[in-house]
Amino acid sequence: MKFLDYAPAPESQALLNLKSDYGLFINGEFTAGRGTPFQTINPATEQQIAMIATANEADVDAAVSAARRAYNGVWSRLSGSDRGKYLFRIARLVQERARELAVAETLDNGKPIKETRDVDIPLVAAWFFYYAGWADKLDHAGVGPNPSSLGVAAQVIPWNFPLMMLAWKIAPALAAGNTVVLKPAETTSLTALLFAEILQQADLPAGVVNIITGDGSTGQALVNHPGVNKVAFTGSTSVGRAIARSVAGTDKKLSLELGGKGANIVFDDAPIDQAVEGIVRGIFFNQGHVCCAGSRLLVQESIHDDVIDRLKRRMQTLRLGDPLDKNTDIGAINSAEQLARIRELSDLGQQEGAERWSADCEIPENGFWFAPTIFTNVSTSHRIARDEIFGPVLSVLTFRTPAEAIAKANNTPYGLSAGIWSDKGSRILAIADKLRAGVIWANTFNQFDPSSPFGGYKESGYGREGGRHGLAAYLKPAVRSGSRSLAAADHATTPGSKKSASASKKSASAEKAAK
Amino acid sequence: MNRLAIPKTYKLYIGGKFPRSESGRVYEVLSHKGDFLANAAKGSRKDARDAVVAARSALPGWAGATAYNRGQVLYRIAELLEGRRVQFIDEIESSEGVNAAAASAQVDEAIDRWVWYAGWADKYVQVTGNANPVSGPFFNLSVPEPTGVVAIIAPQGRESLLGLVSAIAPALVAGNTVVVVANENAPLSAISLGEVLATSDVPGGVVNIVTGSPAEIAPWLASHADVNALDLIGAGDLDWVELQISAADTLKRVLLPEAGADAAAPALNRILAFTELKTVWHTKAVL
Repeated sequence: MKFLDYAPAPESQALLNLKSDYGLFINGEFTAGRGTPFQTINPATEQQIAMIATANEADVDAAVSAARRAYNGVWSRLSGSDRGKYLFRIARLVQERARELAVAETLDNGKPIKETRDVDIPLVAAWFFYYAGWADKLDHAGVGPNPSSLGVAAQVIPWNFPLMMLAWKIAPALAAGNTVVLKPAETTSLTALLFAEILQQADLPAGVVNIITGDGSTGQALVNHPGVNKVAFTGSTSVGRAIARSVAGTDKKLSLELGGKGANIVFDDAPIDQAVEGIVRGIFFNQGHVCCAGSRLLVQESIHDDVIDRLKRRMQTLRLGDPLDKNTDIGAINSAEQLARIRELSDLGQQEGAERWSADCEIPENGFWFAPTIFTNVSTSHRIARDEIFGPVLSVLTFRTPAEAIAKANNTPYGLSAGIWSDKGSRILAIADKLRAGVIWANTFNQFDPSSPFGGYKESGYGREGGRHGLAAYLKPAVRSGSRSLAAADHATTPGSKKSASASKKSASAEKAAK
Repeated sequence: MNRLAIPKTYKLYIGGKFPRSESGRVYEVLSHKGDFLANAAKGSRKDARDAVVAARSALPGWAGATAYNRGQVLYRIAELLEGRRVQFIDEIESSEGVNAAAASAQVDEAIDRWVWYAGWADKYVQVTGNANPVSGPFFNLSVPEPTGVVAIIAPQGRESLLGLVSAIAPALVAGNTVVVVANENAPLSAISLGEVLATSDVPGGVVNIVTGSPAEIAPWLASHADVNALDLIGAGDLDWVELQISAADTLKRVLLPEAGADAAAPALNRILAFTELKTVWHTKAVL
């Protein structure tokens, strides 16, 4: 060890008390799955952490039935304030067990402990705390007086923020009065199952939340189950499309939070060092496994060289390695499959003529790793400027005028996020108006808060998570009568809120199955 | 001696102009008694695509207009509708077979509904946006914005004018531009509405009206990559599930068919269905 080197500072795993096998959490209890169990590994070491059950179609059916019974029997009859109390309990239990959850998340996902400890898990608690308070105030959710819950919500979440995505899904669903069947991603089921233990500690009525594990086919069986009333999915745009197709013709309400190719725009008057920090946060946070990552850097031509020099210098200080080490900035890539995709697209970037540069860092022998990488001389037609890489890879493009920056930023079928770096307030406001993206960060990036709605334009999906609008995604307006007149319109809400032609085709079978 | 009347040629309304269908096709519009009323243009796939191009080009101007301005332009349409009441009542009587009182009531309601929606233009953002109290030094604001180009299958039942107005007015409020496939059997009031729009202050291309067969045209709009949202309100008799599946390929926002007395009832959420919520985090300085 040399002077000013960091000594290893690994977070202790002693507070974990993991089981060797995890079952499905259905109707308040852990039960064995009927599919073939699979192993969940630590992507930093490739060693097995535990065996996870696979839910087959019969298990999915059992989970949906449990959720339906809990909805009809308990949860939909509970007062809003009592639902809120359960959510407050959950928020507190998450806070109490925060460090344990952070360590488990880092172990299972590969992301640095400083992120799970300071971002993921605190936001999980915050999300439950925020929506807990909404449960008895639904009249103010923006869907009119006396809104009602939807029923059983089927929720399928990704592997990049496992427990955080769970919280984004479950908290508003329960606050609004729905019951839940949630499927975590195949490679990151662990913390969802620890969360199930928290639900037991909170004494949440059986069946209100059911957690079923497995691969994509389990998720498919869940969203296609005729007994669910709401489908909420976060993940890739291609799977989102398939889900949108499969719920067509049904009464299932759908929210989709899909991919992105966010533009991070740096103007020549930006505070450069702060912008460089923001660029790093935008693309190297969570190894770039972020749907709203600032994966396209649009930098004004006149400051390009300066920004890139400073960015490279900053990237050299990023520490890649043991995710449990408190000094680690860049953890492991979540899976071999994802690593292969990042490599493939990066190689393609090189072949297409962009200039590749990676920070010089030691890659551990085992596990899945990818050094922080930037591509310069990227043109808008390059695959690395168009496709979501979902890794620590930044594509740098330039612009001369604000109009060019806007045109390039919007030149994507996605529309999830964007960043603007400038010292000029009026310019920020004008640019923000013209960007077609659901979340825009001005002189910051990758900020999240339970009170702030999150979600995309265009092919980044529809519906919002977070805030008042995220609550509305789990509610429907009270049934109206005589609403044709303008007088009734004063309180009117959703078109098609009554049974209409839409309530036909596939849904008759759904209602039967729901019973 | 009776004066010989001059019948009108009913055409499409695309990009602020009144072209015939590029296909050269027309179809007979009949009265409720089966008498010949007019030859309406039978719009084609190409006409629908031209309409989408017109709607896309008109979008920046309409979406970028101030809310006050959009509200006034929409209100102006109601003024012009009022001035043409007799023409609409006449067309509705002959094509829908209702008496003058019923036709008159329909036109009145269509105008009043238009005024109701016009008034929302500078209010829906206030009512449905949000300032969000995030934990940190940020000014965080959520604001709804127009989705983009909205394709609409107009209601196909009776009350052709009211159905059409109920479908297009809410989409226009937020600043979307519209391609609408008119009521197939009763398209006359749609074309006459186009004439109202053409002489109002609505920029060309903001509303594009295609007459013809919804069954033929709707699939092309549902799959069109430059259409952002699809309102199937009048598609109940079509294979709308297929249209919805097709729309999923580009993740269009879709509103489902409605039927019954409450169909297309005036509602704020009909405006919001064609908006996107944008949330901007502004960093506050540390003082």
